[in-house]
Amino acid sequence: MKHKSLVILLFIFCAFTLSAAQEDAAPVDTVQVDSILPPAPVSMLTAKDGENDHGHSITLRWELSADDGAGQNSVLSYEIFRWVPFFMDTLQSIQDSLEQTEAYIAELRTFLPRAEKRLKEYRKRKKPKLVIVIFVDSTQFYEDTIAASKRLLPEYEEQLKQLRQWRKQAIDEIPQAHTSYPEQGEWRKVGTALSGQANFKDVGVKERKSHDYMADHTDYYYRVDAVTADPAIRASSEIVGPVQSYGQLFNTGRIPVFVAVLVFCLLTILFVTRARRGAELYVRPLAGIEAVDDAIGRATEMGKPILYVLGLGTAADIGTIASFTILGRVAKRVAEYQTKLIVPCYDPIVMTVAQETVKAAYLDAGRPDDYYEDIVYFVTQSQFAYVAAVNGTMLRELPATNMYMGVFFAESLILAETGALAGSIQIAGTDQVAQLPFFIVACDYTLIGEELYAASAYLGREPILLGSLKAQDYAKAAVIILAALGLLAASLDWTAFINLFSVTS
Amino acid sequence: MRRQIPLALVFIFGVFMIFQYFVPHESSEWIYEFLLDWIYIIGIFALALGIWSLIRVSVAKIKARKANWGYPIITIAGLFLMILFGFTGYRDGSLGFHFMTAEGLSNPMFRNFFDYILIPIQSTMFALLAFFIASAAYRAFRARNVLASLLLVAALVVMLRFNPYMGPIGPYVADAASWLLNVPNLAAKRAIIIGIGLGMVATALKIILGIERGYMGKG
Repeated sequence: MKHKSLVILLFIFCAFTLSAAQEDAAPVDTVQVDSILPPAPVSMLTAKDGENDHGHSITLRWELSADDGAGQNSVLSYEIFRWVPFFMDTLQSIQDSLEQTEAYIAELRTFLPRAEKRLKEYRKRKKPKLVIVIFVDSTQFYEDTIAASKRLLPEYEEQLKQLRQWRKQAIDEIPQAHTSYPEQGEWRKVGTALSGQANFKDVGVKERKSHDYMADHTDYYYRVDAVTADPAIRASSEIVGPVQSYGQLFNTGRIPVFVAVLVFCLLTILFVTRARRGAELYVRPLAGIEAVDDAIGRATEMGKPILYVLGLGTAADIGTIASFTILGRVAKRVAEYQTKLIVPCYDPIVMTVAQETVKAAYLDAGRPDDYYEDIVYFVTQSQFAYVAAVNGTMLRELPATNMYMGVFFAESLILAETGALAGSIQIAGTDQVAQLPFFIVACDYTLIGEELYAASAYLGREPILLGSLKAQDYAKAAVIILAALGLLAASLDWTAFINLFSVTS
Repeated sequence: MRRQIPLALVFIFGVFMIFQYFVPHESSEWIYEFLLDWIYIIGIFALALGIWSLIRVSVAKIKARKANWGYPIITIAGLFLMILFGFTGYRDGSLGFHFMTAEGLSNPMFRNFFDYILIPIQSTMFALLAFFIASAAYRAFRARNVLASLLLVAALVVMLRFNPYMGPIGPYVADAASWLLNVPNLAAKRAIIIGIGLGMVATALKIILGIERGYMGKG
């Protein structure tokens, strides 16, 4: 009895669930797409060349359809169409044939030497006198195929030459082909914008070989369709055009950066000139820099080497360039004190520059004979293999001083902690903000960010270099004042002032 | 002359790079990309110099029977074995030397050396970081003075943010940690970044104008 009632309950539950599911599904099946009315088209459509770019792009702006977010609320998206002459298809087919021919030629060039090698092998083989097993002689097959390939290759090469010429001519004729509007062409979709979006950038490709190539100084025509849930029900805007794309000579979005760089350059030149004339410039002392001489002296007294690590940056990084300068100063002192210097490098270009820097420093110190090329050597371009090698050097050579100057990543702490375990005095400097805490914790002295760039001026105490440091200090003061003004402007809603500093890419 | 020509080149290309940033025109982009390609070309030639340097240093150590001279043997053996395996592979059923194609990359010995020796060693080196962070944190968080104590408290708050057993004080700790990260920490970071930006411009300017010549081996 109990089981029977359970079965009945289960049946009722299943029936209820099924009917509920059918009810849920019902509205989907009964969507009446044919009841959608055509939406209002977009209005005020404008098209102009994309701003501050290399050309090959057109920016479209419009006012939303009256049925986008209002009215019938039926617009789901906007489809953007560009008028394209059929000539572009001809260009495309030339391009396709060209690529295919290139592929054939590459295939033949790969096949021929292999086939000739195989043929030679077959010719060397002797035919068995008594044929017991099946013997396949492929010599004839290879001879025929090689002959056919050799005949085809020059034909394809000639065809490729012709196709390249046609493509060049066709690309030059693109602007002319677009003047045939509205004849000999059709509207093609170039993109989609979601409802609520009132602009679109039609970005073409600048490479002439690409099928998306969009020629500059060519007349383009556009229209925008407001599209509903039923793609067939749509409203087309008025046609806008002709509009041409072209590259700009100055990025106006970067004017604030240009002004800032100009002002800073002028400041630097001003202070450098003042320094040249003999003006006294005070710069605050940096403990890390002042420790360099002591560290070299310590190494000399202990008779142990100095390890200088240039980091993982390339020779194009400002941090590495600053490190070269410091290396030059350190190498000069090392040469004077006749201490041993070890410079393991991660990047071969950095190694080459570092070798020249150290060599010149030894020459400057009047000890060119003490220089040998293996002071600076290449280890590897693999991050952790490099760390393993440098750590091994630290633990074997037990340097008195370790200097880490340049661009560092995850290896910073592994290096610095190993150095601390080896009992070395450690001086670090990097412009990688994320690595600064590790160096601060594990090293005795750390040059923080810009101090790395300033180090060479401090070490040399040359007035010209100190002049640029003064300019930096004034620029920092200006940044602090502008930051305070920005805070005020944001609080008081001085939009015009805020916009003065707006930078677009 | 040996100094004037490099300085002139640095000035010309340095000034071009500044203007290139403000000129989006296609021609400017083309020259920029062309110049960047040269970095790769120079890099490839420099790599040969680098490998030569590694071989010379290793051979010198082996010859002089310096301490641990067995390590350079492994280095040299590894270098040449990987080159050998990287350029040999099977094609059409026969083993051969392939200099211009990538058959060598699928050589089982090359893959095995890479997957079962190099990758585990690199992972081991990276894993050491966890232990070094612990030892560095211990040193940094020792409450020796007021500033170190403040650092310790701030670090504790930030770490406790991820503790799931904080009970009713959990949201307050999370708020305090967010404030520490987003206000004092971010302010300090931004100050350093602004300083680095200005320092970079100043250094670049000094290099372009020939004031800073340390990279040429002349201070």
